[in-house]
Amino acid sequence: MKLPKHVALTSVALAGALALTACGSDNNSGEGDTGSDTGSSVSGTLNGEGSSAQKNAIDEAIASFSANNPDATVNYNATGSGDGVKNFIAKQVDFAGSDSALKDEAVDGVVETDQAAERCAGNPAWNLPLVAGPIAIAYNLPGVEGLTLDPTVLSEVMLGKIKNWNDPKIAALNEGVELPSTAISVFFRSDESGTTDNFQKYLSGSAPEAWTAEPSKVWPGTAGEGRTKSDGVAQGVKNVEGGITYVEWSYATDNQLGVAQIDNGAGAVELTGESAGKALAAAEVAGEGNDLKLSLDYATKEAGTYPIVMVTYEIVCSKGLDADKTTLVKSFLKHFASDETQGTLEEAGFAPIPAEIATKVNTAIDAIS
Amino acid sequence: MSTITGHSELDAEPSGDKASTGRRGDRIFGGLATGSGIFVVVLVIAVGGFLLSQAVPALLKNDANFLFDRVWEVNDSGMRFGIPDLLYVTVVSSLMAMIIAVPIAVLVALFLTQYAPKRLASPAAYLVDLLAAVPSIVYGIWGFYVFRPYTTGFQDWLAEHFGWTVLLEGPVSLGTVFLASIVLAIMILPIITAISREVFAQTPSTHKEGALALGATRWEMIRTAVIPFGTPGVISASMLGLGRALGETVAVMIIVGTNPGIFRFSLFAGGETFASKIANNSAEFGSSSKVGAFIAAGLMLFILTFLVNAAARVIIERRKAFSE
Amino acid sequence: MSTLTQDTVSPAPASPIDKPNTMRAVKDKLATVAVYTAFLIAVIPLVWILYTVISKGAGALLNPEWWTNSQRGITARTVGGGAYHAIIGTLIQAAITAVIAVPIGVFTAIYLVEYGRGKLARAVSFMVDILTGVPSIVAALFIYTLWVTTFGFERVAFAVCLALVLLMIPVVVRSTEEMLKLVPNELREASYALGVPKWKTIMKVVLPTAFSGIVTGVLLGLARVMGETAPLLILGPPSKAINMNPFEGFMAALPTMINGERDQVVQAAYDRYWGAALTLIILVMALNIAGRLISRFNKVSR
Repeated sequence: MKLPKHVALTSVALAGALALTACGSDNNSGEGDTGSDTGSSVSGTLNGEGSSAQKNAIDEAIASFSANNPDATVNYNATGSGDGVKNFIAKQVDFAGSDSALKDEAVDGVVETDQAAERCAGNPAWNLPLVAGPIAIAYNLPGVEGLTLDPTVLSEVMLGKIKNWNDPKIAALNEGVELPSTAISVFFRSDESGTTDNFQKYLSGSAPEAWTAEPSKVWPGTAGEGRTKSDGVAQGVKNVEGGITYVEWSYATDNQLGVAQIDNGAGAVELTGESAGKALAAAEVAGEGNDLKLSLDYATKEAGTYPIVMVTYEIVCSKGLDADKTTLVKSFLKHFASDETQGTLEEAGFAPIPAEIATKVNTAIDAIS
Repeated sequence: MSTITGHSELDAEPSGDKASTGRRGDRIFGGLATGSGIFVVVLVIAVGGFLLSQAVPALLKNDANFLFDRVWEVNDSGMRFGIPDLLYVTVVSSLMAMIIAVPIAVLVALFLTQYAPKRLASPAAYLVDLLAAVPSIVYGIWGFYVFRPYTTGFQDWLAEHFGWTVLLEGPVSLGTVFLASIVLAIMILPIITAISREVFAQTPSTHKEGALALGATRWEMIRTAVIPFGTPGVISASMLGLGRALGETVAVMIIVGTNPGIFRFSLFAGGETFASKIANNSAEFGSSSKVGAFIAAGLMLFILTFLVNAAARVIIERRKAFSE
Repeated sequence: MSTLTQDTVSPAPASPIDKPNTMRAVKDKLATVAVYTAFLIAVIPLVWILYTVISKGAGALLNPEWWTNSQRGITARTVGGGAYHAIIGTLIQAAITAVIAVPIGVFTAIYLVEYGRGKLARAVSFMVDILTGVPSIVAALFIYTLWVTTFGFERVAFAVCLALVLLMIPVVVRSTEEMLKLVPNELREASYALGVPKWKTIMKVVLPTAFSGIVTGVLLGLARVMGETAPLLILGPPSKAINMNPFEGFMAALPTMINGERDQVVQAAYDRYWGAALTLIILVMALNIAGRLISRFNKVSR
């Protein structure tokens, strides 16, 4: 007697599921017909994984790319640089996003570049810098705007050696600013992060005597409170008066936090797209040929240059993917590197890659086969 | 048994087919059941074997004492890691959650089975069940973004007045173990309640009516009939809840801040549990020896929950021996 | 309360026998108050969470696109798109998990209660206990090394389901076992006495009697696995597009949708992750109601 009722229920559920299945749509571009972008549209699925620092940037690029290519899907899973590289090597994804280039020295007995070459059927993998973003020093001090810090004082603040905001060392850099006696609450990333790595590279590069820890993805300090992800540290600062952290620019502005000016020796520099762009323009290519690994001058004393910047690379096989994927990778990266896409990134808190490097990136993308 | 066989032969008389179906069906059905049981055994051995095989190489490379050294430096260059801080935070947060949740859950289960008007009982039970329907990630974002601001005043007050006890010493961090314990308590409440309720509801009405007939008040009836009958069930329910609290990952990860190097025993500090330690770092499991260190932590969590479950089992068995 | 105090005061001197009686009455009242209060305390967080999720998430759900469109081509900063891809992903994963875990779980429970004697039964019961203690993140790591490292497969939705199966089996076994144990032995004996074979007795007498309890257990298990985030973090990379193939490509799910947007503070993303949270809760609630209907029909037919 009870079976028919079960069957009835199950079939209702099934019918519902089918109805749901039938009406799903991937088309979010509004007007239905999106094939207006010439005949060059590509199709297929491309999977990427890695750095969470570039998530907002690559999402912009994916959004405009999908609008132009209605049959192509690009997924980007922002789990972290280490995981991205690991899964790229394990052939889990087609490209990786990483805040540091593939390492060419041995770690744990294995060399990342060799492993990547093996994954690409014997061809080298290339580091292509496509996203550049400043790291903001975000703080929460009501009434204090335009706080200025230099690398030495910043190091001591982040290490907990300077405990209050009205410390003479901070006051010396901020003449005419009334500093409260609020205790400093340091927030740092408790998950391993490329942002932590790059921020430490800046500190040890510009204030080596104050910051003695070897830069790594793990925060070495023992003061303050760790929180996961960029949002976590930004929320921390937002909730605690006297809080300070290092975080990607967009999180500082989205949370309406104060952003400190950095004095690297040539006067206080405010964080703007332009001042961060200057630091990137001074970057030099350290890789060979089409491998565009960059090296940044963190200790720069160039006036008007905001020195705390990080670069995110897309790591791709130079050869060795199947033909369909290759077309898709090239098409997507081309779109990503284009002036048009790069121009939209500033709104999301990034700085466009300088023209000189962009040209090199384009050459490299063309050389992928 | 022989009389039963006799009956079945009698029944089978009209069609000899029926009995043989029964026997073959029995063999298939019994085989399926036994097979499932064996599958579970194999599965757990596989998980355990994997955990051990991944943890041992990392433990051999460990330059610190795994059980007693309070460090966690897992780099590709060298490894020094120990678990006392993780163990402390895991156990304290879960015990706190239990202390809050178990009494409430038992009372709620009693309300649902013994007190609530018949018409109200089942929708009320459904309400509590719904708490189990809230995913842990929702508990996490609710606990940190919505609930936390309401607890800061209370936490500050406790730290101010009871700060002399090590457990409640200030200053109060942003995401505290205390807050996580409250959220964990809410998360395990429906689990403990649901099972306690099922068990209380099964109290033989003869026991209850007997107690009432002897002039017991409702509470005395509950104390003498319902609770003794339900105790093993409540204990196993609590242990299930404790197991969930010990291993809860995402909610703890979202709520509790970390504070390496400045570990405090206070509930108002941050910290990491075994599970949140693994989850916080799962995105960056670069090399196998690094993963091994976290798997070793996972293994400890595994052993911890196992001990809890084993203890519960012993209690239940002893109870059974008494009641039968 | 005032009448209560009067009761305790006035008859006390009258008779010594009355005194314990009034104490007993007070205790009884206190217990009643405590029990009602406990229930109120238990309901507060539920109401609060539901209110939070509904007030923050309902806006997203009211847009019909939410139910028909994916997030393909939508960035955190832009409003629009829907959760269709994640809803369908979560449903598919839950269905596959249940299809694998429920039979194994129920049969294991049947083995433990109806067949298991001796060493093997004790081993199985012991192993189920251990499985209960496996944290979701460890289960996910186990499947990761099995699926990816050992077999070299790609991370797909099916691998997530396997990790979820590990988490769901002990829940189903324990709840089913508990329910089967509560089935009176007289029922089994009556059935045997009528010459019904053991397997038919289990199928037609034991299981139907325990059915509603088993359904409750299965639903608790499903509620747990549908909201699990940890295995998805390791084994189920999210997608913003629709993918219904559990064996190929990234598949979206509601928990990963929440987790992905949780990192964002802009309004569009904020609305979306609370919307996804509300959707997930609604899905689990719908399952719950369906389960209740089934067990009610079942009772009627008995």
